[in-house]
Amino acid sequence: MTITPLIKHDYLAKLAERGKRADGREFNEFRNIEIETNIISKAEGSARVKIGNTQVVVGIKMDVGEPYSDSPESGVMTTAAELIPLASPDFEAGPPRENAIELARVVDRGIRESGVIELDKLCIEPEEKVWIVFIDIHIIDYDGNLFDAASLAALAALMTAKVPSNRLNDDETNSYEKQLEKLYSIPGVDEAIIKKQIESLKNEDFPLPLKEPPISCTSVKYNNVIVMDASLDEEEIAEARLTVATDENGDIRAMQKGLSGSFDVEEIKKVIKTSIDNGKKIREILYKNVGK
Amino acid sequence: MKPDIKLFDSDGKRLDGRKPDELREIKIEVGVLHRAEGSCYLEWGGNKAIAAVYGPREAIPRHTQNPLRAIINARYNMAAFSVEDRKRPGPDRRSREISKVISEALAKIVLTERFPRASIDVNIEILEAEAGTRCAGLTAAGVALADAGIPIRDIPVACAAGKIENQVVLDLGKDEDNHGDADLPIAISPRTNEILLMQMDGHLTLDEFDTALELAMKGCHIVSDLQKKAILKKYQNIEEV
Repeated sequence: MTITPLIKHDYLAKLAERGKRADGREFNEFRNIEIETNIISKAEGSARVKIGNTQVVVGIKMDVGEPYSDSPESGVMTTAAELIPLASPDFEAGPPRENAIELARVVDRGIRESGVIELDKLCIEPEEKVWIVFIDIHIIDYDGNLFDAASLAALAALMTAKVPSNRLNDDETNSYEKQLEKLYSIPGVDEAIIKKQIESLKNEDFPLPLKEPPISCTSVKYNNVIVMDASLDEEEIAEARLTVATDENGDIRAMQKGLSGSFDVEEIKKVIKTSIDNGKKIREILYKNVGK
Repeated sequence: MKPDIKLFDSDGKRLDGRKPDELREIKIEVGVLHRAEGSCYLEWGGNKAIAAVYGPREAIPRHTQNPLRAIINARYNMAAFSVEDRKRPGPDRRSREISKVISEALAKIVLTERFPRASIDVNIEILEAEAGTRCAGLTAAGVALADAGIPIRDIPVACAAGKIENQVVLDLGKDEDNHGDADLPIAISPRTNEILLMQMDGHLTLDEFDTALELAMKGCHIVSDLQKKAILKKYQNIEEV
Protein backbone atom coordinates (compact mmCIF):
# COMPACT_ATOMS: atom_id res chain seq x y z
CA MET A 1 0.00 0.00 0.00
CA THR A 2 1.33 3.42 -0.87
CA ILE A 3 1.23 6.28 1.59
CA THR A 4 -1.80 8.12 0.19
CA PRO A 5 -4.34 5.32 0.57
CA LEU A 6 -3.05 4.79 4.12
CA ILE A 7 -3.86 8.38 5.02
CA LYS A 8 -7.20 8.10 3.24
CA HIS A 9 -7.90 4.87 5.06
CA ASP A 10 -7.27 6.42 8.48
CA TYR A 11 -9.37 9.44 7.62
CA LEU A 12 -12.33 7.44 6.35
CA ALA A 13 -12.02 4.95 9.23
CA LYS A 14 -12.10 7.75 11.81
CA LEU A 15 -15.15 9.27 10.15
CA ALA A 16 -16.81 5.85 10.07
CA GLU A 17 -16.31 5.47 13.83
CA ARG A 18 -18.37 8.61 14.24
CA GLY A 19 -21.00 7.29 11.83
CA LYS A 20 -19.97 9.62 9.04
CA ARG A 21 -18.80 9.48 5.42
CA ALA A 22 -16.47 11.91 3.69
CA ASP A 23 -19.22 13.36 1.49
CA GLY A 24 -21.72 13.64 4.35
CA ARG A 25 -23.96 10.78 3.25
CA GLU A 26 -25.66 8.25 5.51
CA PHE A 27 -24.15 4.76 5.35
CA ASN A 28 -27.09 3.43 3.32
CA GLU A 29 -27.55 6.46 1.11
CA PHE A 30 -26.88 6.66 -2.64
CA ARG A 31 -25.36 9.66 -4.34
CA ASN A 32 -27.52 11.70 -6.71
CA ILE A 33 -28.63 9.65 -9.72
CA GLU A 34 -29.22 11.18 -13.15
CA ILE A 35 -30.52 9.23 -16.14
CA GLU A 36 -30.66 10.51 -19.71
CA THR A 37 -31.96 8.30 -22.53
CA ASN A 38 -31.82 8.32 -26.35
CA ILE A 39 -28.49 10.12 -26.45
CA ILE A 40 -27.06 8.16 -29.41
CA SER A 41 -29.34 8.24 -32.44
CA LYS A 42 -27.38 5.52 -34.29
CA ALA A 43 -28.02 3.03 -31.48
CA GLU A 44 -31.31 1.12 -31.08
CA GLY A 45 -31.34 2.30 -27.46
CA SER A 46 -28.95 4.33 -25.34
CA ALA A 47 -28.56 5.93 -21.94
CA ARG A 48 -26.16 7.97 -19.88
CA VAL A 49 -26.26 7.39 -16.13
CA LYS A 50 -24.49 9.50 -13.55
CA ILE A 51 -24.16 8.33 -9.97
CA GLY A 52 -22.37 11.22 -8.30
CA ASN A 53 -19.32 11.79 -10.50
CA THR A 54 -19.36 8.31 -11.98
CA GLN A 55 -20.60 8.42 -15.54
CA VAL A 56 -21.52 5.50 -17.80
CA VAL A 57 -22.86 5.40 -21.35
CA VAL A 58 -24.57 2.28 -22.66
CA GLY A 59 -25.58 1.69 -26.26
CA ILE A 60 -27.81 -1.12 -27.53
CA LYS A 61 -27.25 -2.37 -31.09
CA MET A 62 -29.30 -5.13 -32.71
CA ASP A 63 -28.49 -7.35 -35.59
CA VAL A 64 -29.95 -10.46 -37.24
CA GLY A 65 -27.89 -13.59 -36.67
CA GLU A 66 -28.01 -17.31 -36.01
CA PRO A 67 -29.35 -18.69 -32.71
CA TYR A 68 -27.32 -21.02 -30.50
CA SER A 69 -28.04 -24.66 -31.33
CA ASP A 70 -29.24 -25.40 -27.78
CA SER A 71 -31.83 -22.59 -27.91
CA PRO A 72 -32.97 -22.41 -31.54
CA GLU A 73 -36.07 -20.31 -30.78
CA SER A 74 -34.41 -17.73 -28.64
CA GLY A 75 -32.70 -14.42 -29.36
CA VAL A 76 -29.12 -13.84 -28.27
CA MET A 77 -27.74 -11.17 -25.95
CA THR A 78 -24.12 -10.26 -25.33
CA THR A 79 -22.67 -7.72 -22.92
CA ALA A 80 -19.28 -6.07 -23.20
CA ALA A 81 -17.67 -3.44 -20.98
CA GLU A 82 -14.65 -1.30 -21.67
CA LEU A 83 -12.73 0.48 -18.94
CA ILE A 84 -11.37 3.03 -21.37
CA PRO A 85 -8.40 5.22 -20.31
CA LEU A 86 -10.61 8.29 -20.71
CA ALA A 87 -12.35 7.45 -17.43
CA SER A 88 -9.46 7.16 -15.01
CA PRO A 89 -5.68 7.65 -14.86
CA ASP A 90 -5.47 4.01 -13.78
CA PHE A 91 -7.29 2.45 -16.74
CA GLU A 92 -4.99 1.27 -19.50
CA ALA A 93 -5.72 0.79 -23.17
CA GLY A 94 -5.95 -2.75 -24.46
CA PRO A 95 -8.25 -5.75 -24.38
CA PRO A 96 -10.61 -6.01 -21.38
CA ARG A 97 -8.83 -7.19 -18.21
CA GLU A 98 -10.46 -9.17 -15.43
CA ASN A 99 -12.16 -6.13 -13.82
CA ALA A 100 -13.89 -5.18 -17.06
CA ILE A 101 -14.87 -8.79 -17.67
CA GLU A 102 -16.31 -9.20 -14.15
CA LEU A 103 -18.27 -5.96 -14.60
CA ALA A 104 -19.71 -7.07 -17.96
CA ARG A 105 -20.59 -10.50 -16.61
CA VAL A 106 -22.32 -9.21 -13.47
CA VAL A 107 -24.40 -6.78 -15.55
CA ASP A 108 -25.10 -9.55 -18.07
CA ARG A 109 -26.19 -11.97 -15.36
CA GLY A 110 -28.55 -9.45 -13.75
CA ILE A 111 -30.30 -9.03 -17.10
CA ARG A 112 -30.03 -12.52 -18.55
CA GLU A 113 -30.87 -14.73 -15.57
CA SER A 114 -33.78 -12.61 -14.45
CA GLY A 115 -35.18 -12.82 -17.98
CA VAL A 116 -35.56 -9.06 -18.43
CA ILE A 117 -35.24 -9.39 -22.20
CA GLU A 118 -37.88 -11.77 -23.47
CA LEU A 119 -35.46 -13.56 -25.76
CA ASP A 120 -38.14 -15.95 -27.07
CA LYS A 121 -39.87 -12.93 -28.61
CA LEU A 122 -36.70 -12.15 -30.55
CA CYS A 123 -36.87 -15.26 -32.70
CA ILE A 124 -37.50 -14.45 -36.35
CA GLU A 125 -37.24 -17.94 -37.82
CA PRO A 126 -36.52 -20.95 -35.55
CA GLU A 127 -33.01 -22.38 -36.01
CA GLU A 128 -32.25 -19.82 -38.70
CA LYS A 129 -32.59 -16.20 -37.71
CA VAL A 130 -32.89 -14.41 -34.40
CA TRP A 131 -32.21 -10.92 -33.12
CA ILE A 132 -28.87 -10.45 -31.42
CA VAL A 133 -28.87 -7.75 -28.75
CA PHE A 134 -25.49 -6.16 -28.09
CA ILE A 135 -25.17 -4.27 -24.81
CA ASP A 136 -22.01 -2.17 -24.90
CA ILE A 137 -20.99 -0.44 -21.68
CA HIS A 138 -18.70 2.55 -21.93
CA ILE A 139 -17.27 3.90 -18.68
CA ILE A 140 -16.73 7.64 -19.20
CA ASP A 141 -15.83 8.89 -15.71
CA TYR A 142 -14.87 6.65 -12.81
CA ASP A 143 -15.70 7.66 -9.25
CA GLY A 144 -16.66 4.30 -7.79
CA ASN A 145 -19.62 1.88 -8.00
CA LEU A 146 -19.43 0.94 -11.66
CA PHE A 147 -21.61 -2.14 -11.09
CA ASP A 148 -24.76 -0.17 -10.25
CA ALA A 149 -24.12 2.62 -12.75
CA ALA A 150 -23.51 0.13 -15.57
CA SER A 151 -26.54 -2.03 -14.67
CA LEU A 152 -28.81 0.97 -14.43
CA ALA A 153 -27.55 2.43 -17.71
CA ALA A 154 -28.02 -0.94 -19.43
CA LEU A 155 -31.62 -1.16 -18.17
CA ALA A 156 -32.44 2.43 -19.16
CA ALA A 157 -30.99 1.79 -22.63
CA LEU A 158 -32.91 -1.48 -23.03
CA MET A 159 -36.17 0.06 -21.83
CA THR A 160 -35.98 2.78 -24.47
CA ALA A 161 -34.69 0.51 -27.28
CA LYS A 162 -36.67 -0.16 -30.44
CA VAL A 163 -36.34 -3.34 -32.45
CA PRO A 164 -35.16 -2.23 -35.93
CA SER A 165 -37.77 -4.39 -37.68
CA ASN A 166 -37.55 -2.21 -40.80
CA ARG A 167 -34.28 -4.01 -41.56
CA LEU A 168 -36.12 -7.29 -42.15
CA ASN A 169 -37.15 -8.27 -45.67
CA ASP A 170 -40.75 -9.32 -46.40
CA ASP A 171 -40.17 -13.03 -45.80
CA GLU A 172 -38.49 -12.36 -42.51
CA THR A 173 -41.23 -9.97 -41.43
CA ASN A 174 -43.91 -12.59 -42.19
CA SER A 175 -42.02 -15.26 -40.34
CA TYR A 176 -41.42 -12.95 -37.37
CA GLU A 177 -45.11 -11.98 -37.23
CA LYS A 178 -46.15 -15.65 -37.14
CA GLN A 179 -43.61 -16.35 -34.45
CA LEU A 180 -44.89 -13.46 -32.31
CA GLU A 181 -48.53 -14.40 -32.85
CA LYS A 182 -47.74 -17.87 -31.59
CA LEU A 183 -46.03 -16.44 -28.51
CA TYR A 184 -48.63 -13.87 -27.63
CA SER A 185 -51.55 -16.25 -28.27
CA ILE A 186 -51.43 -17.80 -24.84
CA PRO A 187 -54.74 -18.07 -23.01
CA GLY A 188 -55.59 -14.97 -21.08
CA VAL A 189 -53.82 -12.57 -23.41
CA ASP A 190 -56.15 -10.06 -25.00
CA GLU A 191 -56.31 -10.30 -28.78
CA ALA A 192 -56.11 -6.52 -29.01
CA ILE A 193 -52.71 -6.64 -27.34
CA ILE A 194 -51.43 -9.15 -29.88
CA LYS A 195 -52.71 -6.98 -32.73
CA LYS A 196 -51.11 -3.92 -31.23
CA GLN A 197 -47.76 -5.65 -30.86
CA ILE A 198 -47.78 -6.96 -34.43
CA GLU A 199 -48.87 -3.57 -35.72
CA SER A 200 -46.02 -1.82 -33.91
CA LEU A 201 -43.63 -4.29 -35.52
CA LYS A 202 -44.73 -3.03 -38.93
CA ASN A 203 -44.61 0.58 -37.82
CA GLU A 204 -40.93 0.22 -37.06
CA ASP A 205 -41.24 1.27 -33.46
CA PHE A 206 -41.53 -2.14 -31.92
CA PRO A 207 -40.21 -1.79 -28.38
CA LEU A 208 -37.82 -4.43 -27.14
CA PRO A 209 -40.01 -6.98 -25.28
CA LEU A 210 -39.03 -6.67 -21.62
CA LYS A 211 -40.12 -7.78 -18.18
CA GLU A 212 -39.77 -5.90 -14.92
CA PRO A 213 -36.06 -5.49 -14.30
CA PRO A 214 -34.18 -6.17 -11.05
CA ILE A 215 -32.24 -3.22 -9.65
CA SER A 216 -28.66 -3.72 -8.57
CA CYS A 217 -27.29 -2.13 -5.39
CA THR A 218 -23.68 -2.49 -4.29
CA SER A 219 -22.30 -2.11 -0.77
CA VAL A 220 -18.73 -2.22 0.46
CA LYS A 221 -17.27 -2.92 3.88
CA TYR A 222 -14.32 -1.13 5.45
CA ASN A 223 -13.24 -0.76 9.06
CA ASN A 224 -16.31 -2.75 10.18
CA VAL A 225 -18.86 -0.46 8.63
CA ILE A 226 -20.90 -1.21 5.52
CA VAL A 227 -21.69 1.60 3.14
CA MET A 228 -23.94 1.67 0.09
CA ASP A 229 -22.79 3.11 -3.27
CA ALA A 230 -19.10 3.55 -2.44
CA SER A 231 -17.22 6.52 -3.83
CA LEU A 232 -13.82 5.86 -5.36
CA ASP A 233 -12.00 6.66 -2.10
CA GLU A 234 -14.21 4.25 -0.20
CA GLU A 235 -13.81 1.61 -2.87
CA GLU A 236 -10.02 1.93 -2.69
CA ILE A 237 -9.96 1.00 0.98
CA ALA A 238 -12.82 -1.53 0.79
CA GLU A 239 -12.21 -4.99 2.21
CA ALA A 240 -15.29 -6.66 0.78
CA ARG A 241 -18.01 -5.82 -1.72
CA LEU A 242 -21.51 -7.20 -2.24
CA THR A 243 -23.86 -6.53 -5.15
CA VAL A 244 -27.50 -7.49 -4.68
CA ALA A 245 -30.10 -7.17 -7.44
CA THR A 246 -33.70 -7.19 -6.25
CA ASP A 247 -36.98 -7.19 -8.18
CA GLU A 248 -40.20 -5.23 -7.74
CA ASN A 249 -41.47 -7.78 -5.17
CA GLY A 250 -38.35 -7.41 -3.06
CA ASP A 251 -37.03 -10.84 -4.09
CA ILE A 252 -33.35 -11.41 -4.79
CA ARG A 253 -32.44 -11.92 -8.47
CA ALA A 254 -28.63 -11.79 -8.62
CA MET A 255 -25.68 -11.42 -6.27
CA GLN A 256 -21.94 -11.03 -6.49
CA LYS A 257 -19.50 -10.87 -3.61
CA GLY A 258 -16.10 -9.39 -4.40
CA LEU A 259 -12.70 -8.59 -2.85
CA SER A 260 -10.73 -10.57 -0.30
CA GLY A 261 -12.57 -9.52 2.90
CA SER A 262 -15.60 -11.31 4.30
CA PHE A 263 -19.13 -10.67 5.60
CA ASP A 264 -20.93 -12.55 8.35
CA VAL A 265 -24.50 -13.75 7.87
CA GLU A 266 -26.04 -10.84 9.80
CA GLU A 267 -24.15 -8.38 7.64
CA ILE A 268 -25.32 -10.07 4.46
CA LYS A 269 -28.92 -9.87 5.62
CA LYS A 270 -28.52 -6.22 6.46
CA VAL A 271 -27.03 -5.52 3.03
CA ILE A 272 -29.94 -7.30 1.35
CA LYS A 273 -32.42 -5.23 3.34
CA THR A 274 -30.80 -1.90 2.39
CA SER A 275 -30.50 -3.10 -1.21
CA ILE A 276 -34.25 -3.69 -1.35
CA ASP A 277 -34.96 -0.24 0.12
CA ASN A 278 -32.60 1.53 -2.27
CA GLY A 279 -33.77 -0.68 -5.15
CA LYS A 280 -37.30 0.70 -4.71
CA LYS A 281 -36.10 4.30 -4.88
CA ILE A 282 -33.88 3.67 -7.89
CA ARG A 283 -36.69 1.83 -9.68
CA GLU A 284 -38.85 4.93 -9.34
CA ILE A 285 -36.10 7.13 -10.78
CA LEU A 286 -35.59 4.66 -13.64
CA TYR A 287 -39.29 4.43 -14.52
CA LYS A 288 -39.69 8.18 -14.39
CA ASN A 289 -36.82 8.65 -16.83
CA VAL A 290 -37.87 6.00 -19.35
CA GLY A 291 -41.47 7.20 -19.33
CA LYS A 292 -42.95 4.08 -17.78
CA MET B 1 -16.99 10.27 -60.67
CA LYS B 2 -20.75 10.58 -60.95
CA PRO B 3 -22.65 10.64 -57.71
CA ASP B 4 -25.61 8.28 -57.52
CA ILE B 5 -27.66 10.69 -55.43
CA LYS B 6 -28.29 14.43 -55.79
CA LEU B 7 -26.17 16.32 -53.29
CA PHE B 8 -27.51 19.81 -54.15
CA ASP B 9 -31.11 20.92 -54.49
CA SER B 10 -32.33 23.40 -57.14
CA ASP B 11 -31.46 26.37 -54.89
CA GLY B 12 -27.86 25.20 -54.57
CA LYS B 13 -28.46 24.10 -50.99
CA ARG B 14 -26.92 20.87 -49.70
CA LEU B 15 -28.82 17.79 -48.45
CA ASP B 16 -29.04 19.13 -44.91
CA GLY B 17 -29.94 22.60 -46.13
CA ARG B 18 -26.48 24.11 -45.72
CA LYS B 19 -24.81 26.56 -48.08
CA PRO B 20 -21.55 25.34 -49.68
CA ASP B 21 -19.39 27.26 -47.21
CA GLU B 22 -21.47 26.54 -44.12
CA LEU B 23 -20.42 24.36 -41.17
CA ARG B 24 -22.68 21.92 -39.39
CA GLU B 25 -23.82 23.00 -35.95
CA ILE B 26 -21.12 22.74 -33.29
CA LYS B 27 -21.54 22.58 -29.52
CA ILE B 28 -18.57 22.55 -27.15
CA GLU B 29 -18.59 21.91 -23.40
CA VAL B 30 -15.43 22.18 -21.30
CA GLY B 31 -14.53 20.16 -18.20
CA VAL B 32 -17.24 17.49 -18.42
CA LEU B 33 -15.28 14.75 -16.62
CA HIS B 34 -14.04 14.94 -13.05
CA ARG B 35 -11.20 12.41 -13.14
CA ALA B 36 -9.35 13.78 -16.15
CA GLU B 37 -6.93 16.71 -15.88
CA GLY B 38 -8.82 18.37 -18.71
CA SER B 39 -11.81 17.30 -20.79
CA CYS B 40 -14.17 18.39 -23.51
CA TYR B 41 -17.47 17.18 -24.94
CA LEU B 42 -18.09 18.21 -28.51
CA GLU B 43 -21.02 17.77 -30.87
CA TRP B 44 -20.37 18.50 -34.52
CA GLY B 45 -23.46 17.81 -36.63
CA GLY B 46 -24.26 14.18 -35.82
CA ASN B 47 -20.81 13.52 -34.33
CA LYS B 48 -20.44 13.23 -30.58
CA ALA B 49 -16.92 13.11 -29.15
CA ILE B 50 -15.36 13.30 -25.70
CA ALA B 51 -11.69 14.06 -25.15
CA ALA B 52 -9.83 13.64 -21.86
CA VAL B 53 -6.23 14.60 -21.07
CA TYR B 54 -4.06 12.88 -18.46
CA GLY B 55 -0.52 13.91 -17.58
CA PRO B 56 2.17 14.92 -17.91
CA ARG B 57 3.10 11.71 -16.06
CA GLU B 58 5.89 9.20 -16.28
CA ALA B 59 5.77 7.45 -19.63
CA ILE B 60 5.17 3.73 -19.25
CA PRO B 61 6.57 1.37 -20.51
CA ARG B 62 9.91 3.06 -19.96
CA HIS B 63 11.31 2.31 -23.39
CA THR B 64 8.76 4.76 -24.80
CA GLN B 65 10.33 7.61 -22.79
CA ASN B 66 12.16 10.35 -24.60
CA PRO B 67 14.95 11.85 -22.44
CA LEU B 68 14.54 15.23 -24.14
CA ARG B 69 10.79 15.72 -24.28
CA ALA B 70 7.33 14.40 -23.44
CA ILE B 71 5.63 11.98 -25.76
CA ILE B 72 2.07 12.69 -26.86
CA ASN B 73 -0.05 9.63 -26.72
CA ALA B 74 -3.37 10.25 -28.44
CA ARG B 75 -5.81 7.37 -28.56
CA TYR B 76 -8.81 7.66 -30.88
CA ASN B 77 -11.46 5.06 -30.14
CA MET B 78 -14.96 4.49 -31.48
CA ALA B 79 -17.71 3.14 -29.25
CA ALA B 80 -19.26 -0.10 -30.49
CA PHE B 81 -22.62 1.65 -30.83
CA SER B 82 -21.29 4.77 -32.57
CA VAL B 83 -21.88 3.55 -36.11
CA GLU B 84 -24.73 1.99 -38.12
CA ASP B 85 -23.41 -1.59 -37.94
CA ARG B 86 -21.96 -2.42 -34.53
CA LYS B 87 -18.19 -2.00 -34.50
CA ARG B 88 -16.15 -4.60 -32.65
CA PRO B 89 -14.63 -2.99 -29.54
CA GLY B 90 -10.93 -2.21 -29.55
CA PRO B 91 -8.55 -0.51 -31.94
CA ASP B 92 -8.55 -1.43 -35.62
CA ARG B 93 -6.12 -0.31 -38.32
CA ARG B 94 -8.14 2.82 -39.08
CA SER B 95 -8.28 4.04 -35.48
CA ARG B 96 -4.57 3.29 -34.97
CA GLU B 97 -3.70 5.43 -37.96
CA ILE B 98 -5.94 8.28 -36.80
CA SER B 99 -4.41 8.03 -33.31
CA LYS B 100 -0.96 8.34 -34.85
CA VAL B 101 -1.64 11.39 -37.02
CA ILE B 102 -3.47 13.14 -34.18
CA SER B 103 -0.58 12.41 -31.76
CA GLU B 104 1.85 13.89 -34.27
CA ALA B 105 -0.34 16.94 -34.84
CA LEU B 106 -0.60 17.65 -31.11
CA ALA B 107 3.12 17.06 -30.48
CA LYS B 108 3.88 20.16 -32.53
CA ILE B 109 1.88 22.55 -30.36
CA VAL B 110 2.56 21.16 -26.88
CA LEU B 111 5.75 22.45 -25.19
CA THR B 112 6.96 18.86 -24.89
CA GLU B 113 10.54 19.92 -24.10
CA ARG B 114 9.31 21.01 -20.66
CA PHE B 115 8.53 17.44 -19.61
CA PRO B 116 11.32 15.00 -20.49
CA ARG B 117 10.49 11.30 -20.06
CA ALA B 118 6.81 12.10 -19.50
CA SER B 119 3.75 11.19 -21.48
CA ILE B 120 0.71 13.34 -22.08
CA ASP B 121 -2.22 11.06 -22.80
CA VAL B 122 -5.07 12.34 -24.89
CA ASN B 123 -8.03 9.98 -25.03
CA ILE B 124 -10.64 10.63 -27.68
CA GLU B 125 -13.87 8.65 -27.58
CA ILE B 126 -16.30 8.83 -30.46
CA LEU B 127 -19.76 8.14 -29.03
CA GLU B 128 -21.54 8.74 -32.31
CA ALA B 129 -20.00 9.05 -35.76
CA GLU B 130 -21.29 10.87 -38.82
CA ALA B 131 -18.38 11.88 -41.07
CA GLY B 132 -15.58 14.07 -39.79
CA THR B 133 -14.86 12.30 -36.50
CA ARG B 134 -11.10 12.91 -36.68
CA CYS B 135 -11.70 16.66 -36.99
CA ALA B 136 -14.25 16.58 -34.17
CA GLY B 137 -11.89 14.48 -32.04
CA LEU B 138 -8.84 16.66 -32.60
CA THR B 139 -10.82 19.84 -31.99
CA ALA B 140 -12.11 18.38 -28.70
CA ALA B 141 -8.57 17.29 -27.80
CA GLY B 142 -7.30 20.84 -28.31
CA VAL B 143 -9.87 22.18 -25.85
CA ALA B 144 -9.11 19.39 -23.35
CA LEU B 145 -5.38 20.22 -23.49
CA ALA B 146 -6.16 23.85 -22.69
CA ASP B 147 -8.55 22.80 -19.91
CA ALA B 148 -5.82 20.58 -18.46
CA GLY B 149 -3.49 23.55 -18.27
CA ILE B 150 -0.84 21.83 -20.39
CA PRO B 151 1.56 24.46 -21.80
CA ILE B 152 0.67 24.79 -25.48
CA ARG B 153 1.69 27.23 -28.18
CA ASP B 154 -1.86 27.43 -29.50
CA ILE B 155 -5.18 25.61 -29.35
CA PRO B 156 -5.17 23.27 -32.33
CA VAL B 157 -8.32 23.04 -34.39
CA ALA B 158 -9.44 20.87 -37.30
CA CYS B 159 -11.94 21.12 -40.11
CA ALA B 160 -12.44 19.47 -43.49
CA ALA B 161 -13.33 20.72 -46.93
CA GLY B 162 -14.27 18.50 -49.84
CA LYS B 163 -15.66 18.29 -53.32
CA ILE B 164 -19.17 17.18 -54.20
CA GLU B 165 -20.66 17.35 -57.67
CA ASN B 166 -17.63 19.33 -58.85
CA GLN B 167 -18.05 22.01 -56.26
CA VAL B 168 -15.77 22.65 -53.32
CA VAL B 169 -17.72 22.71 -50.04
CA LEU B 170 -16.96 23.00 -46.35
CA ASP B 171 -17.32 20.19 -43.79
CA LEU B 172 -18.71 17.13 -45.59
CA GLY B 173 -21.74 15.38 -44.07
CA LYS B 174 -22.26 11.62 -44.11
CA ASP B 175 -23.83 11.29 -47.57
CA GLU B 176 -21.50 13.88 -49.02
CA ASP B 177 -18.53 11.90 -47.72
CA ASN B 178 -19.88 8.63 -49.14
CA HIS B 179 -20.94 9.99 -52.52
CA GLY B 180 -18.60 12.95 -52.91
CA ASP B 181 -15.42 13.23 -54.96
CA ALA B 182 -12.84 14.35 -52.41
CA ASP B 183 -12.30 14.97 -48.70
CA LEU B 184 -9.53 17.15 -47.27
CA PRO B 185 -9.38 17.19 -43.45
CA ILE B 186 -6.79 19.55 -41.98
CA ALA B 187 -5.74 20.68 -38.52
CA ILE B 188 -4.01 23.99 -37.97
CA SER B 189 -2.48 26.15 -35.33
CA PRO B 190 -4.87 29.09 -35.85
CA ARG B 191 -2.45 31.78 -34.60
CA THR B 192 0.13 30.99 -37.28
CA ASN B 193 -1.92 29.02 -39.83
CA GLU B 194 0.68 26.26 -39.69
CA ILE B 195 -0.76 22.97 -40.88
CA LEU B 196 -0.51 20.21 -38.25
CA LEU B 197 -2.51 17.50 -39.98
CA MET B 198 -3.51 17.02 -43.55
CA GLN B 199 -5.04 14.04 -45.25
CA MET B 200 -6.80 13.85 -48.55
CA ASP B 201 -8.61 11.25 -50.57
CA GLY B 202 -10.42 11.49 -53.86
CA HIS B 203 -9.58 13.74 -56.76
CA LEU B 204 -8.84 17.48 -56.77
CA THR B 205 -7.26 19.69 -59.42
CA LEU B 206 -4.59 22.10 -58.21
CA ASP B 207 -7.08 24.98 -58.37
CA GLU B 208 -9.69 23.00 -56.49
CA PHE B 209 -7.09 22.14 -53.87
CA ASP B 210 -6.28 25.82 -53.35
CA THR B 211 -9.97 26.63 -52.93
CA ALA B 212 -10.56 23.67 -50.62
CA LEU B 213 -7.57 24.49 -48.44
CA GLU B 214 -8.64 28.12 -48.14
CA LEU B 215 -12.16 27.04 -47.25
CA ALA B 216 -10.96 24.49 -44.67
CA MET B 217 -8.73 27.16 -43.10
CA LYS B 218 -11.71 29.49 -42.91
CA GLY B 219 -13.70 26.70 -41.24
CA CYS B 220 -10.86 26.09 -38.76
CA HIS B 221 -10.91 29.74 -37.71
CA ILE B 222 -14.67 29.70 -37.14
CA VAL B 223 -14.34 26.55 -35.01
CA SER B 224 -11.35 28.07 -33.21
CA ASP B 225 -13.54 30.97 -32.06
CA LEU B 226 -16.09 28.47 -30.73
CA GLN B 227 -13.33 26.63 -28.83
CA LYS B 228 -12.15 29.83 -27.19
CA LYS B 229 -15.69 30.92 -26.32
CA ALA B 230 -16.34 27.56 -24.65
CA ILE B 231 -13.13 27.75 -22.61
CA LEU B 232 -13.82 31.33 -21.56
CA LYS B 233 -17.34 30.37 -20.58
CA LYS B 234 -16.09 27.77 -18.12
CA TYR B 235 -13.40 29.92 -16.55
CA GLN B 236 -15.34 33.17 -16.55
CA ASN B 237 -18.20 31.49 -14.71
CA ILE B 238 -15.79 30.53 -11.97
CA GLU B 239 -14.69 34.15 -11.60
CA GLU B 240 -18.27 35.25 -11.07
CA VAL B 241 -18.88 32.78 -8.24
